[in-house]
Amino acid sequence: MRVLVPVTLSGLIASPALAAEMAVTVEIPQLSVAEYHRPYVALWVERPDQSVAANLAVWYDVKMRDNEGTKWLKDMRQWWRRIGRDLTMPVDGVSGPTRAPGEHRVTFVPGQNGVPKLDPGSYVLVVEAAREVGGRELLRIPFEWPAAKPAQGTAKGEAELGRIALDVTP
Amino acid sequence: MKTMFARAGLALLLTAAIALPASAHRTWMLPSATVLSGDDPWVTVDAAVSNDLFYFDHVPLRLDGLTVTAPDGSEAKAENAATGKYRSTFDLHLDKPGTYKIALASSGLMAMYEENGKMKRWRGTAETFAKEVPADAKNLRVIDSQRRLETFVTSGKPSDTALKPTGKGLELVPVTHPNDLVAGEAATFKLQLDGKPASDMEVSVVPGGKRYRDDLKDIKVKTGKDGSFSVTWPEAGMYWISASYEDEKTVQKPANKRMANYTATLEVLPQ
Repeated sequence: MRVLVPVTLSGLIASPALAAEMAVTVEIPQLSVAEYHRPYVALWVERPDQSVAANLAVWYDVKMRDNEGTKWLKDMRQWWRRIGRDLTMPVDGVSGPTRAPGEHRVTFVPGQNGVPKLDPGSYVLVVEAAREVGGRELLRIPFEWPAAKPAQGTAKGEAELGRIALDVTP
Repeated sequence: MKTMFARAGLALLLTAAIALPASAHRTWMLPSATVLSGDDPWVTVDAAVSNDLFYFDHVPLRLDGLTVTAPDGSEAKAENAATGKYRSTFDLHLDKPGTYKIALASSGLMAMYEENGKMKRWRGTAETFAKEVPADAKNLRVIDSQRRLETFVTSGKPSDTALKPTGKGLELVPVTHPNDLVAGEAATFKLQLDGKPASDMEVSVVPGGKRYRDDLKDIKVKTGKDGSFSVTWPEAGMYWISASYEDEKTVQKPANKRMANYTATLEVLPQ
């Protein structure tokens, strides 16, 4: 079992030293349930008025026959309402397969590799998870962009998500 | 075949209209889902008449007069329609992205009169009225009635084309999209009568799930001058909203009473 999955395509190519980046650590909890399916997870950035600044990542059953994995995207209710229903999935650089229990760190460099540029201001990172025959959970971490110095925000899930951390570097 | 359907529809209409003041029976459609994602979504819809929402325990609602409007305004086809002991049911393949309007509408004339000391009931249209109802009928009462029952489902992004009102009878014109309703948020709609604002009308809003609580928990709201009303959904779930209109002034002959009813089932999702 992979515990730490090295960063997705969008992240590593750009050197963290050169551009301001956001690194998101998502813990998917190990659950002892009779029927377990990996959760669908969406990460996005919203402005204080909840409008969407960046659709960062959506982890779902991308490999199912006939694109059938898209049937449950609506279970990530907030993501579906704010973003998903306006899109045709898959989206390059955003869609990815579901992930196993454990910690996953992904980095995003706003303004690079398809991640929208963020104007200076206040934002909220939103992480939403929905699991087949399981529950749904949504966590928020507020942050300022760009960061004056390295800053970390965290949130702790109770059911479908574990610890979520956001590291913003100038 | 067609006349048989029409007759069955009018029979329902007559029973419903006559029963209305005395009975609390509610007519409704219940879609299996209203917000859908994926490439090939389907919904299945139940239609029934009952007291408590949304339980099948009285009679099925006949599907005569069922019209499904697709997101592009064309007519979509209901499939696998069947009527059982307590409910009717049909499936709908959402093969286009956007919002579908599912409507059960009926209209016609109902007459009650005395003949040889006996109460007679008749239903039909303005054309058949003159032929079938005696010109000298005693204590004649004629009701011109329009009833409309609707629900909405959306595949992908909500759209507006199918929501356009017909301009006949009592109808709901969404301001807030009917498939974008969330608990704790306010939604606004407008009621129209024959395409004009239906002002100062009472709208009844009843949440489903009555079997598992004591209170009806219904909400009553009044429409404003422009026919608009707002509801702030107290919690997520299926809601039944309904309004009725009647008057004896603006009726067209041979009717001496006008009745119009609008009912919709709306789904409110959690935040």
